[in-house]
Amino acid sequence: MISKAEAKHIWVLAEQKKGKVANVALEAIGLARKLASASSQEVWAVLLGQDVGGLAEGLIQSGADVVLVVEHPKLDTFRDDPYVDVLAHLVENHKPAALLIGANSVGRSLAPRLATKLRAGLAADCIELSWDAGNLVAVRPMYGGNVLATVTCPEARPQMATLRPKASPRPVLDASRKGRVEKVDLGSLEIRDRVKLLESVETGGGEVKLEEADIIVSGGRGMGGPERFAVVKALADAFKGAMGASRAAVDAGWVPYAHQVGQTGKTVSPKVYIACGISGAIQHLAGMRSSEIIVAINKNPDAPIFKVATFGIAGDLFEVVPLLTEAVKKEMS
Amino acid sequence: MRIVVSIKQVPETTEVKIDQAGGRVDTEGLTRIINPYDTYALEEAIRIKEASGATVAVISAGPEKTNESLREALATGADEAFLLSDQAFEGSDPLAAAHILACGIEKCGPYDLIICGRQAMDGASGQVGPSLAEELGLPMVSFVRKIEELKDGYIRVQRMTDDGYEVLEGPLPMVISVVKEINEPRLASLKGLMKAKRVEIPVWAAGDLGLDASRIGPAGSPTKVTKLAPPPPRSGGEMIPGTADEQVKTLVAKLKTAKIL
Repeated sequence: MISKAEAKHIWVLAEQKKGKVANVALEAIGLARKLASASSQEVWAVLLGQDVGGLAEGLIQSGADVVLVVEHPKLDTFRDDPYVDVLAHLVENHKPAALLIGANSVGRSLAPRLATKLRAGLAADCIELSWDAGNLVAVRPMYGGNVLATVTCPEARPQMATLRPKASPRPVLDASRKGRVEKVDLGSLEIRDRVKLLESVETGGGEVKLEEADIIVSGGRGMGGPERFAVVKALADAFKGAMGASRAAVDAGWVPYAHQVGQTGKTVSPKVYIACGISGAIQHLAGMRSSEIIVAINKNPDAPIFKVATFGIAGDLFEVVPLLTEAVKKEMS
Repeated sequence: MRIVVSIKQVPETTEVKIDQAGGRVDTEGLTRIINPYDTYALEEAIRIKEASGATVAVISAGPEKTNESLREALATGADEAFLLSDQAFEGSDPLAAAHILACGIEKCGPYDLIICGRQAMDGASGQVGPSLAEELGLPMVSFVRKIEELKDGYIRVQRMTDDGYEVLEGPLPMVISVVKEINEPRLASLKGLMKAKRVEIPVWAAGDLGLDASRIGPAGSPTKVTKLAPPPPRSGGEMIPGTADEQVKTLVAKLKTAKIL
């Protein structure tokens, strides 16, 4: 175990896929920059992959002081085993005070394993991180967002946290920033590699990812059928945003599960969430209540969704949404 | 093949009160259910059993009333159930909870596959599955949406990613966590409930599991919860009046003010 006294600096896993750094990793670097600057520490970005060294400069421009580049055939695509073993090795060698990882499908799988291996504390799916007298202070939602827990890790190091996508803004690139790039030679490190990736399929067809979208337009039971989701999709496209759905719409088979927002689906915090024909069950609110602006369009003026909506429109969504789509197209052109 | 399903008992609602004085979430009096995410794990195990004759064991760590959820799992189709229960477990963070479960799984017999839900509805950390895998030294695939093939010593699954899915294969034993998309869980049958009543559920405490006091409860938990608060109330509830045309015009103006458009 790493002692509190010797641990220093804030690390971020610079998760990359096919040579592109994940947005949430950049958001974490931006946040780490703020925490590190306020506590006289450095931000270290850890870049794992194969032929990824070219990404280091962008990480420095995003706020990293040091980039550890680890290139190895076993790190080419994400799998828990090699990522855990390599990160644990780096942590044990350098003893960071904190390690931030994006709370996406990679981070939420990887971080608990790594924390267990390191006997480190982990706060999962955090929406706020701050630094107080040597401690990382994390705020994370529980009970579908009805409770916000503040979590600290008083002794064990590194203090680990996974950061929810869009919880922190993406840093503005600063081309004048200087940093150090260190290539790490793993030597004869034993790396577990038991699970093989056979195929990787992107079903979105280039669509905006739900968790990363600035604008999400979702449809619910009030859509009335699968073909009518075209109305929602058209508005999402006009905003260059993503399409979501309530559980009712997914369970009815109108929209694939990947689009489901809510307790048993995805949790999102876009700038604008437009709920069309969604009544606002607590399970749905759990997935979208942290959106900056919520717009609700529903024909029932008593629908609970209006209680959380920043702006509510009681009306026929099949009339309102196409009009809104036209207006948005005009504004965006 | 023997499959172990790890389940958690949770309050049936997430609308809970915070007991500020006690610094805890007050769930007294709330009906307790099997964590909805875990019902997909249980269903998947039962489907494997029906297709190829596996044995399904369910295990849970929690207070004594967790027995009710274990009986429900038996009534749904599980063959064996094990409860890990001890006052000393209270205050365990996900890391400590995974350690307790790992020791329970080791004690409850041989296993080929361990299935968990992707996260619990209450704590929502999603840590126990992956953490369990590391504790047991097993490979793991999270967010499984389909088991494509399962045979002696081999599994091939589809894993949900942020923008699609991956097909992965690996050796058994393995831990997988599953998402809702994998199946539609059945309910416990009346006949099953009658049968489940007669099944004996072993209850193991810290001593039975040989657990080291430094690895469980607050002492074994690197993280501490220092504060619980309700989310900031959402201001709003501003209804936009007028005809559809007027409503859209007003909304567009509001979105422009907010620099969205």
